Order: sequence, then C-alpha cells, then structure tokens
Amino acid sequence: MADHAHAPGHGAHDEHHPGWSTYWKVALFLTIITVVEVWAYYIPALVESAIFVPALLIMSAVKFVTVVAFYMHLKYDHKLFRALFTGPLIIASLTLIGLLFLFSKLSVRLGLGG
Amino acid sequence: MATIAAAPPYTQTKPVPAQTGLWSWLTTVDHKRIGALYLISGLFFFIFGGLEAAIIRAQLATPNGRLVTADMYNQLFTMHGTTMIFLAVMPMSAAFFNFLIPLQIGARDVAFPRLNAFSYWIYLLGGIFITAPIFLWMAPDGGWFGYAPLSTKAYSPQHNMDFWVLGLQILGISSLAAGFNFITTIINMRAPGMSLMRMPIFTWMSFVVQFLVVLAFPVITVALVFLQFDRFFGTNFYTIAKGADPLLWQHLFWVFGHPEVYILILPAFGLVSEVLPTFSKKPLFGYPVMVYSGILIGFLGFGVWAHHMFSVGMGPIADAVFSLATMLIAIPTGVKIFNWMATMWGGTIRFTVAMKFAIALVAMFTIGGISGVMHSSAPADLQQTDTYFVVAHFHYVLYGGSIFGLFAGIYYYFPKVTGRFLSEKLGNWHFWISLVGMNLTFFPMHFSGLLGMPRRYYQYDAGQGFEIFNLMSTAGTAILIVGTLFGLINVIKSWKGGAPASSNPWGAATLEWTIPSPPPDYNFAEIPTVKSRYPLWNMADGEPLVHETTHAEEAGRRIPTSQELGIVMPNPSIWPLITAAGLLVMFCGLLFMDSSVPTAVGVMLLGTVWWVGALYKWLLTPLEDHH
Amino acid sequence: MTASTAPTAAHGDGHAHGGGHYTTLGLDHRKIAIWTFIGSECMLFASLISTYLIYKGRSPEGPFPHTAWTNPATGEVFKPILNIPVTSASTFVLLMSSLAMVLALAAVQNRHTPKHTLGDRILGSSKLWLWATALLGLGFLMFQAYEFTSFIHEGLTIRTNLFGSSFFTLTGFHGAHVTAGVIWLLTLLAIDYKRGLGPQDALLVDIAALYWHFVDVVWIVIFTLVYLIQ
Repeated sequence: MADHAHAPGHGAHDEHHPGWSTYWKVALFLTIITVVEVWAYYIPALVESAIFVPALLIMSAVKFVTVVAFYMHLKYDHKLFRALFTGPLIIASLTLIGLLFLFSKLSVRLGLGG
Repeated sequence: MATIAAAPPYTQTKPVPAQTGLWSWLTTVDHKRIGALYLISGLFFFIFGGLEAAIIRAQLATPNGRLVTADMYNQLFTMHGTTMIFLAVMPMSAAFFNFLIPLQIGARDVAFPRLNAFSYWIYLLGGIFITAPIFLWMAPDGGWFGYAPLSTKAYSPQHNMDFWVLGLQILGISSLAAGFNFITTIINMRAPGMSLMRMPIFTWMSFVVQFLVVLAFPVITVALVFLQFDRFFGTNFYTIAKGADPLLWQHLFWVFGHPEVYILILPAFGLVSEVLPTFSKKPLFGYPVMVYSGILIGFLGFGVWAHHMFSVGMGPIADAVFSLATMLIAIPTGVKIFNWMATMWGGTIRFTVAMKFAIALVAMFTIGGISGVMHSSAPADLQQTDTYFVVAHFHYVLYGGSIFGLFAGIYYYFPKVTGRFLSEKLGNWHFWISLVGMNLTFFPMHFSGLLGMPRRYYQYDAGQGFEIFNLMSTAGTAILIVGTLFGLINVIKSWKGGAPASSNPWGAATLEWTIPSPPPDYNFAEIPTVKSRYPLWNMADGEPLVHETTHAEEAGRRIPTSQELGIVMPNPSIWPLITAAGLLVMFCGLLFMDSSVPTAVGVMLLGTVWWVGALYKWLLTPLEDHH
Repeated sequence: MTASTAPTAAHGDGHAHGGGHYTTLGLDHRKIAIWTFIGSECMLFASLISTYLIYKGRSPEGPFPHTAWTNPATGEVFKPILNIPVTSASTFVLLMSSLAMVLALAAVQNRHTPKHTLGDRILGSSKLWLWATALLGLGFLMFQAYEFTSFIHEGLTIRTNLFGSSFFTLTGFHGAHVTAGVIWLLTLLAIDYKRGLGPQDALLVDIAALYWHFVDVVWIVIFTLVYLIQ
C-alpha cells in the first residue's frame, strides 16, 4: 500500500550511489574473471588437477558477491536487505550441499577406519 | 500491489463502494473480509475432508470391508490428506494471518491488499480444481505425497494424478504470494513503538511461518515441475530406465514436506499463546524464549527432512545425522510446552471454550510429540514407519494440535470478527465430544500400528489383532462427527444470532482488542503508539489488570466512517479474481496434452493472455485515489 | 493511513511522509517484497541446480555435455554437446546487460541533474540504457535459442536422457525468467515514452533492476556448474 514514490534518499537508510566509474570498473572486473574462467577451461593440465573445481567455484562466488554487493546495491542499502538475502541463500546452499551428500556426489573422508 | 501509473488527481466525495452483496465480496481487498472468506472455505473443506475420512473409517471398521474398492480407497486417503493439509488447515491459518496480523501490529491493512485477494481466489479455484474430480471417482490416488515413480505416467496412466500435480502448483502460488505479502507487512507496517520483541506471539509465529512458506514451496514446485514435465512432456526425471533415482522425488518432496508440517502447527501455537495468557490473566511466560524457539524450529525444520525416509537405505551416516537433528528439534518444541504450563501456573484461570481447546492442544500435542520423538530414532522407526503408529502420531499433532488450536482461535476471535459470541454451551458440547472422539479415534492406532497394521491398505485380514482397534477408531470417528456438528451449528447460529460482544470482552492485552467488534473498515482511527508487549494491560502492582469491556457500555457509541476521519481506503478490485481465473485456465490447458496438443496449446495460450492482460490492468490501476 | 491521522512518530526509524503512508523502517514495501521474492527464488534455482548435479553422469546413454559418445546400437557418433565459446559469449552479453541496467537506474535517478557534456547526456538517457538492457537480454535469449536448436539438431532433446531433461529444464527456467525480465523492461520503456521516468519512479526501476541482476547472478552459477565444471 505504500506507493509514495519518492526517490530513495529520504528516510533512515544510508543513501550512497556509486557513480559511473564504480560501475564500469565492476563490469571490467567481472569480464576479466569470466575470461580467466573460460581460459582455465582450455588448459587440460589445470582441468585435471584438484584445484580446478575449487578455483572455478571461488571465481564464480566472487562474481556473485560482486554483482550482489554493487549492482544490487546490497553494500549500500539498509541492513534488512542483507538479512533477507543471506538467510535464504544460506538455507539454499545448505540444502544443495545436503542433497549432494545424500546422493553421494560429495563425500568426506572421516578416517574412522571402516 | 502498488500502482505504477500516475494517479489521477483526487476528486471530492467519491461514493463509498457497496459493503454488501456478492460483488462487494468478489472485489474486496479488505484483509478482514478476505480472512472471513478463508475461514468459511477452510471450514467447508474441513467438513469435506472429514467426510472422506468417515468413509475410510467405515471401510476399515471390519476386516475385509467391502464398502469401497481399492481404487476408490486410494482416492479417499489421498484426497483426505490433500484436502486437510492444503484446503483446510493452511487456509484456516491464513484466515487468522489475514484477519489478525494487521490488527495486532496496528496497521490498516496488509502491504499488498490486491495481492492478498488474489491469494484467496487462486486458492479457492485451485481447491475446486483438485476436489471436483472425486465426484467422478477420478480424484488423485497416489497419496498426498505423490511418490514418483508411482505417480508417473508409467504407473498412473490416467488423469487422476494430473489433477494433483496441477492442483498443487496452483495452490502453491496462493501460499507464496501470501508469504511475500505478510513478510512485507510484518517488517514494514508495525505501528510506532512496536519493535519485533513487542509483537504478539501469534504475529511472531506467523512471521516464521511465512519464511518457511517462501523457502519450502519453491522446492515442491520444482519436484512437481519435474513430475509435470515427465507426465506431459515425456522427460525422464523419474524414469528409472533412463538412470533416474527413485529417491529424487522423495528428497525434494520432504525438503518441502517437513517445513510444511511446521507451517501447519506454528500458527496454532501462536493462537494458543494468545489465548492462554488472557484466560490466565498472566503474561506469557518466557516471551523471548517463545520467540527464539519458534525461530529455531523454523530453521532446524529445514534440516530434518530425511527422517521421513529412514527405511529407504540412505546409509548409517545419513540416518544418524537426521536422527540427531530430529531429536534436537524436539527441544525448542518441548520448551514451548513448559512455557505454556508456566503461563497458567499461578494464574486466575477462566475455563472458556477457547481456553479448553488451548489447554487440550498442550496436552494432545505432547502426546503427539512423544510418538514423534519415538520416530526420531532411525532403528525404532523401521518398525513404526508405514504403519498406523505414524498415523496416530500425526493426527495427534494435527488434530489435537493444529485443529484444536484453530478452534481455540475461532472461539476467542469470533466476537472480534463478527461482533457476536459463539455459544459457550454449544461450544462445550463441541469441545468435550471432540476431545473424546479424537482420542478414541487416534489412540488405538498406536497399538494397531505397533502390531504391524500397514498404512494405505484398503482392507486387512482378520486374526491379526487389528479388529478391536479399528472398531474403536471408527466409533471415535462417529463421535468426532457429532462433536464437529455442534461446532458447525454453533458457528452458523452465532454468526448473526450470538450474544453481542464489545471491543474487549475477554480482557485481553493486545491491539486488536482496542477497536470495535467488528472493526470498522479502517481498523484504527488513529495509528496507535505502542509502549509495551501488553498495551491494554496495566502491569503495575495493585491495579486491576485490565478493563473488560461490556456490550452495554459501548452500545450507544457511534463509529465514524473512513471518510469522516479523512482516511483514504483502497479501492475494491475485480482484477485479482480475473487474474486467478486466467491462471487456472492456463493450467487446465495441460490436461488436454494427451488427447489433443493443439487444444492444449490453445487453452494454455488463452489462459496466459488472460492472466497477463488482467495483471497489466491490475498494475495500471491505482490502489487508492490520491490527492 | 494519511499523515494527518498518524501521530507523529518521534522514534527513530519509521516516519510518516507527507501524503504517503507510514512505514516502520522508512522503506518501500515493494523493495522488501522483491528481496523476499529473490530469497525464494534462491531455493527454486537451488533445487533445479541440485537435480542437475545429482543427475550429472547418470545418463546411461548420451549425448553427453563434455564427452563424445557413440551409440552402441546405431553406431552414430555424438560430439560433446556443450559449446563453450558460444556460451561464454552469451554469458558476457548477460553480464553487460547488468551494467546497462545499473546505468538505466542511475539515469532515472539523475534525470533532473544538469548534463554538461555529451558523455553526461549519453549516461543520462534512461531510454538508451533501458533499450540496451532489453536488447542485450534479448541477445542472450537468441544465443539460448541458437544453442537449444543446435543441440536438438545434434540429437539432444528434453526427452533424450537425464542430461537433456535436467539441462533443458534448468536453462529453460532461467531463460523464462530472462524473458519475463525483458517484458518488464519493455513495459518500463513504454512508461518512459509515455510520461517519462524520473526520480519519483526510481523505485520501480530499482525493483526491475534487482530482479534482472538476480537472474544474471543465477546464470553466473549455472555457467560455472553446468558448462565449465566437467
């Protein structure tokens, strides 16, 4: 029911818009990481090594956080939105990991001798 | 949903839209009316689901019963479960979310009034869609949990499970939309001074429930999409021959299914947490703990799902992890029981019917909780699973828990909603007969279950020791029917004919009791400023706790209209209903896939254009007239 | 719920705006709702992605994403189905669309600030950047359409095997989300042409942007887990 369409900027929350310079730097950063990811894909030695999957996961996580923080403004907005996003993200991630374990796609060596 | 068009300039004295008549109900965006609609529909489906159960119990009264065929029996237990969960308990909880939440937080409506109306209409249409087939004995027959591969075309070739898959998708939209609405409402529409830790417990529990809804329903949506695609488009998600895992459905379903049962019980817990303090004339014991335990239950509820799958062979580690998590979740739940008892301890108890139902929940849920903890041990559960022991457990927590809690809420809030009391006399008959009937129906199931009586069998042979218990359950069902009838008659008679009620007849503490019964359309003439958890209670020693209002003292009072107060009310709108209808048509299109693909595509296209068009119309119409 | 009847709340966080409605946190309802929706969508895509990962490597018959396969019955040879160069290009297109989106929002917010240089005027044109976002989104969809049709040509349909079913469903759902986003953007454009979008509409564009970026972010995850990791 709140359709007072004032610009964000009044109210208790912090209002800081990154400028054009931040935006294109973020875009460049994202592009570079994507290039590195794709480049890594074409190096067979790297693909076969144990570091490939973790490296890719970290790189995409970095891209994810960057878009969320800067483009989606989460860094600059009211803390509520951070909670509204990270809570479900955590539950989604834990569910995904749990399911992967249950279907034997992930396993942890417990060293319990059995 | 707020407008995206520039609103027209405010014009003077617009005529007030009619408050009576069918059109006023079809176009209402008032949360109180929508709550009433949910309650009436929910009660109707409760009766319908109860009749399905009655036929089941008639069939099982004697060994090798011949009242219904196996096929019909499958439809009956499937629809009994589906109806009770999705069409009765959840909507009755929604009735309270709708009616109570804005009142308890000091707001005039929910964040998105038209989205709220839409949630109701899509639920009603979905409910009719999934219920109608039983009249042709084409009802869903794969259990309320629809396990694949049984529910795939290979093993359920007829249309029965199509209704289930599509019906649940439609109903899911209703719950999701409501979830977004209430989360926004509770976060952003609390009156000044109402911090989160001053909110009434019902609102808190509802808050947790809405998060469970928005996080759990997407998972079942995906599971259903896979089944839908398998059935209509020939994909392979549940086709074992193509390498599919028979457990995928089960895992996805129960990731939803377990939070779902907390969705079913937490609102009842919230209602009881409102009723007990009022009729003990004492604040709720351990408010912060009640809040944190509710949050913990919600969070942990996402981590226990595979306790529904202890017999599928997940391996010792998975079994152990889920066992442990399930035992852990019993702790915050148990804590609530103690807090409720401590609330009553030392209080001045008034045994109204609402109070009786609330106390009964505490007792019945404890029994159901004990059998639940017994299930949490994976080896023990190997004996209990798929037997009537489980049926006993969940009926204690669902009937003794959710239903009794909802009844407590109905007896407590009926005066507020309608301005009239339910009859305590009829209510007592309703309560006592239901209490006896409920226990007689479900307690024997503990025994037949442990003796090995399997679930979902339409017949059982004589000589296994099941007869006496089944006879008792069927007798109990008959008693339950009588008790429920008393309740139903009570509601029907009292709606227009009950003793008139004032604004705070029970002497309660929270904001909804500060306004007239029934409330005016704008709820609060002035948005209140809240200074404590119990705004109406005087907590100073030696002072009377609260002034219980009487009808006599308020009789002559004139309630101003919204226009006199200068309060701008949202405009009624038909677009939510029309959008809902379009969505239904779109889903119905899929039913034609088998017989004629062009027809299916045509109907789906028609439905899509219909709902998208209606949605645009909705979004382009301002909610209110602005100045 | 007008300001005239609400007692002025002297407490910090919420306040009544002139002519607007009281809110507890001083935030717009729709922004809270869109973030809640995004949280919900995390679970939706987590379920779709989980299924894809669970079923990875479990199709008894090809075609397969990263390895070639010969059909033992017919002798037909299938090359690895996924086309990394093409998908890298489409990923880049979608990433750039997020940049365009962010600039569109900035343009709407800054509609009334004076523009001194040509560069300022380019950056300040909401129509330009909304078009750019929509067209880049459409570009992504065309890449997807090309990808899907070529896979079907090469023998992978949604019915062929587990890989086909889980792949097309996951990427199809994502594509449907992009499509809805494009329609949303075109609607905003229509409003921009009709009456102009200014700071008072910033929230409308903001929620569309949040949706759009989220859809991009989901693709970041899909691109890594489906295409790059073997």
